[in-house]
Amino acid sequence: MLKCKTVWKKLAPLARASSTVCRQNVRRTGLNNGRTPALAPAAHMSTGAAGGGGGGGDNKLYVLLVGAALLGGGVYAYQTVRGDKQRYQDRLTEISSRPNKAAAGQPSAYIQSEAPAVEATETEEVHEQVSEPQAAPAAEESSPPAPAAEESSPPAPAAEESSPPAPAAEESSPPAPAAEESSPPAPEAEESSPPAPAAEEPAPSETTELPPVDSVPSPAKFPSHAPYLLIGGGTASFAAARSIRARDPGARVLIVTEEPDLPYMRPPLSKELWFSDDPRVTDTLRFKQWNGKERSIYFQPPSFYISPEELDSAKNGGVAVLTGKKVVHMDVRGNKVQLNDDTEISYDKCLIATGGVPRNLQVIERAGDEVMERTSLFRKIEDFKALDKVSRNVQSITIIGGGFLGSELACALGRRSTESGLEVIQMFPERGNMGKVLPEYLSNWTTEKVKREGVKVVAEALVKAVTYKDDKVEIQLKDGRVVKTDHIVAAVGLEPSVDLAKSAGLEVDSDFGGYRVNAELQARSNIWVAGDAACFYDIRLGRRRVEHHDHAVVSGRLAGENMTGANKPYWHQSMFWSDLGPDVGYEAIGIVDSSLPTVGVFAKATAKDTPKAATEKSGTGIRSESETEAVAISPVASSTPAPTVEHQKDDYGKGVIFYLRDKVVVGIILWNVFNRMPIARKIIKDGEEHADLNEVAKLFNIHED
Amino acid sequence: MSYCRQEGKDRIIFVTKEDHEAPSNAELIADDPNDPYEEQGLILPNGEINWNCPCLGGMASGPCGTQFKEAFSCFHYSKEEVKGSECIDNFRNMQECMQRYPELYPQEGDTESSPQEESNTTAAPASDSDSTPAVSTSESAPSSDSVSPTDSQTAS
Repeated sequence: MLKCKTVWKKLAPLARASSTVCRQNVRRTGLNNGRTPALAPAAHMSTGAAGGGGGGGDNKLYVLLVGAALLGGGVYAYQTVRGDKQRYQDRLTEISSRPNKAAAGQPSAYIQSEAPAVEATETEEVHEQVSEPQAAPAAEESSPPAPAAEESSPPAPAAEESSPPAPAAEESSPPAPAAEESSPPAPEAEESSPPAPAAEEPAPSETTELPPVDSVPSPAKFPSHAPYLLIGGGTASFAAARSIRARDPGARVLIVTEEPDLPYMRPPLSKELWFSDDPRVTDTLRFKQWNGKERSIYFQPPSFYISPEELDSAKNGGVAVLTGKKVVHMDVRGNKVQLNDDTEISYDKCLIATGGVPRNLQVIERAGDEVMERTSLFRKIEDFKALDKVSRNVQSITIIGGGFLGSELACALGRRSTESGLEVIQMFPERGNMGKVLPEYLSNWTTEKVKREGVKVVAEALVKAVTYKDDKVEIQLKDGRVVKTDHIVAAVGLEPSVDLAKSAGLEVDSDFGGYRVNAELQARSNIWVAGDAACFYDIRLGRRRVEHHDHAVVSGRLAGENMTGANKPYWHQSMFWSDLGPDVGYEAIGIVDSSLPTVGVFAKATAKDTPKAATEKSGTGIRSESETEAVAISPVASSTPAPTVEHQKDDYGKGVIFYLRDKVVVGIILWNVFNRMPIARKIIKDGEEHADLNEVAKLFNIHED
Repeated sequence: MSYCRQEGKDRIIFVTKEDHEAPSNAELIADDPNDPYEEQGLILPNGEINWNCPCLGGMASGPCGTQFKEAFSCFHYSKEEVKGSECIDNFRNMQECMQRYPELYPQEGDTESSPQEESNTTAAPASDSDSTPAVSTSESAPSSDSVSPTDSQTAS
């Protein structure tokens, strides 16, 4: 183009000069002959005729100049066209290989049959269209192609409708009627087959130049584009996949997970799996539910999923899981992610459900390799397998942490201690188990129960240093106490995984950690976050981040709904539960923080009021207590049906505890009371100030089963 | 008789059965059955099927999801005297598909363990219907075991 301009600039003075000379001659002859000045051809003739006249020398120069200009222009145009044709071919090849990746979901047959046909014809017309801009300077000679190019441009918008050739079509006028070899059907040529007649002759030669269009790209390991991409393969991700598939028929969902396992549920890893009779439980990972039925911790067996290679071609779509791959970089503008093996996957909608990694104590991390080898964190299946193995091979295990996970593991291992003589110690900085969740009186009561499970509880323990001495791990506490053990399990919290925040430009919450999202769980357009990693705005309870299983399910489902266009905020309150042995089981909902003022309403317990006796329909479906009866036989494991307490009056057998914030109930615990979660959910949803909470407690009928 | 105790910021009340016999005077706000935010039951307020209902488990989202949706939709909208009588083909397709995945859709008539029972079911206490509609009773089961308590619609 630029060359063209410079050339034109050079030619222009020449052209002007020659045309001036021409006009002068014409006038001269015209005046001489009394005829009206004619066009150039006339001038030609006149100058030619008057070759021997007075302006002979000028005429000769004029002829020379014009001739040279035209020749130069023609040569230039021809060479440019040849070069551009080659460039065009190359560009077409490149573009056609792109649509094979990008439009993978489209009916490939249509594209491929149309593409070669359209492109075949296009290539031969290329010299027409490309010559259009360059034809301008050398307009006179190359006039035939010009009108052809103009004629062929109307079909250009028509041909744009065919998707992959579209970019190519814009550049080149598709089947131009003025092509020497092709027949006139320009308007019809937009759809697939009609170019066929035109393409017949060039087809054999042309298609050989475009092999990528015809052949399917060489077998890719996994798709390079997923309409729904879910990062992370845990509970939230699976719930979202299910929700998307339910709402978007034929949806193609790709789950990318670091772990080698298909999506599974975590709660049994610290509860039911430990109570199983089956010696092969670490392999089968099956457990018995509260209703006696056995199931696997995997949400679905492998046959539920399709393989990543099939994702693009599966007729009704499906869910594919890519295991062992980590997303390391996210390009939000380009709508694509990069994996740890440098491959890229583009997406339409993306969910980040990366969960978190267990925290460790700094004193342990600094304590050296020998201590680190004897310390486990607990979150994944492999952690469960490892701890199971360790628990059979050591004499003493210490669990650091007094929250849900720590207490559940302590109780589970405590049960084992009766059979194997394993010493189980649990230490934490609070005064009692679940000290950050339960009000103090209840926390103390719970601690007594945990002790009954065979656990040595060391409360108000702040770890100062950990060393490896005399083949034992020695834990020194700040108050001087020393605990000697063989193995440590650290259950001190979860660090949400926000590695992608930087590359994706996502906000991380400074108060709660995790990606900051709105009430609809959206971080940015086309990106949602759910599960442990999401710090979301709860319309009723304010901004929070929840690390419970049911929340992962609820938020995953909601994210899936919103990814398919629902635009619903977080509204259905998730719940959580815990069982600490056969006597203590509770379900809870909302903000359950022991620093809030509480009101507890308790009934005197009878023999029927325990988790193992109650037929719970708590909406969770995976509480299993039938196992505990068989296992808990020794007195240490306290199989007594009724909780034996010293003072009848202070027996917290069953009841309801309300957590208040500014006189409004924001959290409720159902203590050994089951099947009442909907009522609790309703009370929180209302968000009303109730004058007398005893009246509210009546709604729960705590004296009934 | 009930008695009350205060421990710091925490209040503890013990009540006997008699104390709680009188009906509660606590006021709850009436629910709006058409609240768009609420979790819906099996049938949405506009009469359509809620494929995302926890009560359906994985039926609508699994490999045979399309066939299931077609069969159940046909049944739902059927106006025949014997409801669903014109949907035999759809149900046959669904059954054929399910037979290809015996792991997911056990055929014996004992309700399968996998798709329904994971704790995907959140509040719905009706998720005692953890049992997925077994294939043979697939027409009637979803209608019978749906629904959360706030849901006032009846499944067809």
